[in-house]
Amino acid sequence: MTAAWDAESQLLDVDKLNQRFGRIVACRDVTFHLHAGEVLGIVGESGSGKTTLLNCLAGRLPPTSGHIRYAMRGRGLKDIYALSEPERRMLMRTDWGFVTQNPRDALRMGISAGGNVGERLMVNGARHYGQIRAAAHDWLTRVEMDTGRIDDAPATFSGGMQQRLQIAKTLVVKPRLVFMDEPTGGLDVSVQARLLDLLRGLVRDTGVSAVIVTHDLAVARLLADRLMVMKDGEAVEHGLTDQVLDDPHHPYTQLLVSSVLQA
Amino acid sequence: MNAAAPDRAYNFAYLDEQTKRMIRRGLLKAVAIPGYQVPFGSREMPLPYGWGTGGIQVTAAIIGLDDTLKVIDQGADDTTNAVSIRRFFARVSDVATTERTDQATIIQTRHRIPEMELREDQIIVYQVPIPEPLRKLEPREAECRKMHAWSEYGVMHVGLYEDIAQWGHIAQTYDYPVMVDERYLMAPSPIPKFDNPKMRRMPALQLFGAGREKRLYAIPPYTEVRSLDFEDHPFEVQRWDEVCGLCGADDSFLDEVILDDRGGHMFVCSDSDHCQRRRAGGHVGPHAAEAPETVA
Repeated sequence: MTAAWDAESQLLDVDKLNQRFGRIVACRDVTFHLHAGEVLGIVGESGSGKTTLLNCLAGRLPPTSGHIRYAMRGRGLKDIYALSEPERRMLMRTDWGFVTQNPRDALRMGISAGGNVGERLMVNGARHYGQIRAAAHDWLTRVEMDTGRIDDAPATFSGGMQQRLQIAKTLVVKPRLVFMDEPTGGLDVSVQARLLDLLRGLVRDTGVSAVIVTHDLAVARLLADRLMVMKDGEAVEHGLTDQVLDDPHHPYTQLLVSSVLQA
Repeated sequence: MNAAAPDRAYNFAYLDEQTKRMIRRGLLKAVAIPGYQVPFGSREMPLPYGWGTGGIQVTAAIIGLDDTLKVIDQGADDTTNAVSIRRFFARVSDVATTERTDQATIIQTRHRIPEMELREDQIIVYQVPIPEPLRKLEPREAECRKMHAWSEYGVMHVGLYEDIAQWGHIAQTYDYPVMVDERYLMAPSPIPKFDNPKMRRMPALQLFGAGREKRLYAIPPYTEVRSLDFEDHPFEVQRWDEVCGLCGADDSFLDEVILDDRGGHMFVCSDSDHCQRRRAGGHVGPHAAEAPETVA
């Protein structure tokens, strides 16, 4: 590991995480930790176990073995799969956020943009229409969307707008930790660039911690403080982003870095 | 055929005794956990789903020889559904039937709660098409059960938010979701929200049966029932600018009745018993004289 922070600031502690699907090993002995305010990028090719790992971390898929501990407010590091299900669901709707590659998986396509952003607030107990409306308005502005479309359904939005909306919906409850699975996948390069710029700004402004899964090294370079490289379910290399990308040690990382087309 | 002649080929109240016991056990559990949906083995009934198979099974399970049954559909005693269910029970049991709310001990209803305040010795049975209030927002049944188990009901306000965003007020007018005893979210069946306040602390026992969805639920007497709303958009019931054309009532739920093809229309009480008794008591509405026989 790169730096020796004190254990106080640890937000997520993953210890020897294994995930098997029958004979297939999706994650093997993955161990790392994440500090408050830090952004960790997980890169690797398709099928290397990135998304499975993310699902395990986000409480969506219990691992075959190993521990995932999260620093709960006022309670310290707790194994998230040892928590009761309602406690874990509470974490997922208050402390955490999840941004999927396909915004249609996370948005209600028949509910207006404002309703989608407001939903997370209402789920957490907001009962004042005016305040919910104002928060939705504020967040649409922050993700640089036209607030005139607050009452339009996401079905009428472009892919980039849907992704912005999903980000607004995720961040409106001020989560401490956000999981992102290929947040810019499937978007054209100019939209990707603007979205990345936006994400970088939001991550820095809100001080949110994030785990970002991507196969796009440019995304990793822009957003991540630290990088973990996965291959065949194993974390083959991790370190500071610039260090990993500029001086890759593992042969696979070298291949990955050299495969990127230089524009 | 004489509708009142009981048919001895069937067991009392159509269902066999084991089935009625099973439903009563379910009802006891439902009463013990107000608003909680209890699964039950719904039977095939001699009427189609959506016509009240759930309500009719609940009524069959609780009805006794000394009961007096009233059946209403959209508030009226003389509509097809009400007439056939009333005739059904007259045929398969010996119970007395009535159209008068004050004389009934069991009232099976679809779409309305009678205007007259119900008493402790009465039971109202609702026919429920969709018992799951979360269904429109959460299609997965397993997920709905978890949401009920842990009272995760925040998402219900999304529908209300959409109404306000679109129309400036909560536009949902029927099947308006309620919290029962501040614990379980409940669909009150497709009654107008005008009737929601009547459910709150009602002296009568309220039973709900959904035949197709195979669910029972209940509100015991004097239970708190709260309609969902926002702090800055409180719950409100429908209001009419006109009064009942026949009896002049200004505080009952009104139906619009088209009188001719030249735009003529009038409003009348949907609760036919309420309207009748008001007229018998000397109340006269503005359209009482010109109303055609079929309406009066």
